[in-house]
Amino acid sequence: MWRDAVLVAGRDLRVERRSRVATNQVAPFSLLVLVLFAFALDPDRQLLERVASGLFWAAVLFSALLAIARSAAIDEADGVRDALRLSGLEPGGVFVGKAAAVAVVLLALEVLLGVGVVVLYGVDPAGAGLLALTCVAATLALAATGTLYGALVSGLRVRETLLPLLLLPTLAPVLVGATRAFEAALAGVPADGWPWVGLLSAFAVAYLIAGALAYGSLLEGS
Amino acid sequence: MEPVVHLRAAVALLGRFPALAGIDLDVARREIVLLRGPNGAGKTTLLRALAGLVPVVRGEAVVLGCDLRRDARSVRPRVGLLGHGTGLFDDLTVVDNVRFWGRASRADAGDVAAALALVGLDGHLRDIAVGRLSAGQRRRTSLACLLARRPELWLLDEPHAGLDHETRDQLDELVRRAVQQGATVVLASHELDRAESLAHRTVELVGGMTAHPDQPGFVRGDGRPSDQSREQNASAGEVTHVA
Repeated sequence: MWRDAVLVAGRDLRVERRSRVATNQVAPFSLLVLVLFAFALDPDRQLLERVASGLFWAAVLFSALLAIARSAAIDEADGVRDALRLSGLEPGGVFVGKAAAVAVVLLALEVLLGVGVVVLYGVDPAGAGLLALTCVAATLALAATGTLYGALVSGLRVRETLLPLLLLPTLAPVLVGATRAFEAALAGVPADGWPWVGLLSAFAVAYLIAGALAYGSLLEGS
Repeated sequence: MEPVVHLRAAVALLGRFPALAGIDLDVARREIVLLRGPNGAGKTTLLRALAGLVPVVRGEAVVLGCDLRRDARSVRPRVGLLGHGTGLFDDLTVVDNVRFWGRASRADAGDVAAALALVGLDGHLRDIAVGRLSAGQRRRTSLACLLARRPELWLLDEPHAGLDHETRDQLDELVRRAVQQGATVVLASHELDRAESLAHRTVELVGGMTAHPDQPGFVRGDGRPSDQSREQNASAGEVTHVA
């Protein structure tokens, strides 16, 4: 399974590198979201600093929707789904590989958005360890859940509109948990943040396992 | 010797509807069989059923020793399907596509290089993104993906479509060479002159069934219908066929 996961992750990242959708569309979109929030709340600089964590993760969530839709579209190309079914690739490996590729793209976006939050919102980054682990856990949760739902709506005519409709409510706990953990880190009370990291990790593991088990059936059904 | 394909009174579903009913077919190793029939006869569905992509729900269906009714997935890595879809990623280069599908099937770098050379894509075209290729070049790339996998059973759906005359000759030569090396081929084509000259035998499909011996166009071979399928054919008015 792991060999197949590495193969699929490499393919998806190569497609991203060649198509430049992540760099030319998703990254500018996420930065635009941050800038628009800054314009909207500019008169109250203190408020901007206070809600920076929530704005950061809201921007990540919106960008994740684009990255996940893009990832699902790779396997919807002409005849690719049949070729995947014939290839002998382990479906669990395909799922893990696709989720890993989405996670890599999201982590890169989070670094970019992190710089944006520091520059635009004047946030002083503190608690680097908690911030980093929160990013990893939340990103895995976003990628695993998104990849699973992406496969679920694949082949449907209304998939573009249905995906965010299904995904946003499901990812609400991730948004809340990641925001709380970031707030704790930035406030200098990391002890308050670790339980949220635990929640995010449990969410990520649950969806990674569910996705690896269910992906084969979804591939057959779509 | 056990046939590579053995179907008796096989019924396959597309969704909830029977798309194939009363299919009888035997294909021996190293044989090239042409499926012939009008649009909607079920040629594509039969090829997809043989690949384990369309469920067979009744009758006998054994491909490469795998019972399609019990475990269709086990036959998939051993067959190569050149269908209507290319199965290619437009943003990746020719060599990236062939390498990905080859590695997915445990092919090594030598298999990939050989496949590219066989279809004439080992020159400057190998590093071109597939999205920038012509339809014929894309078809050749799909064929290279199939070759890299070294399948035991080739399932070719309109393999000559979109290819120029020279490439069609090359394809036919590749098919003959694969058969010499032990592969078996089932193909569907509307280009009958070329396909019939390639095939050892022709089987007629009519309305999702292998044809009766007394129906026009039927070519007798191992695809002869059984008594069971004749009974099904007799009540075929209730069968909706989709292809």
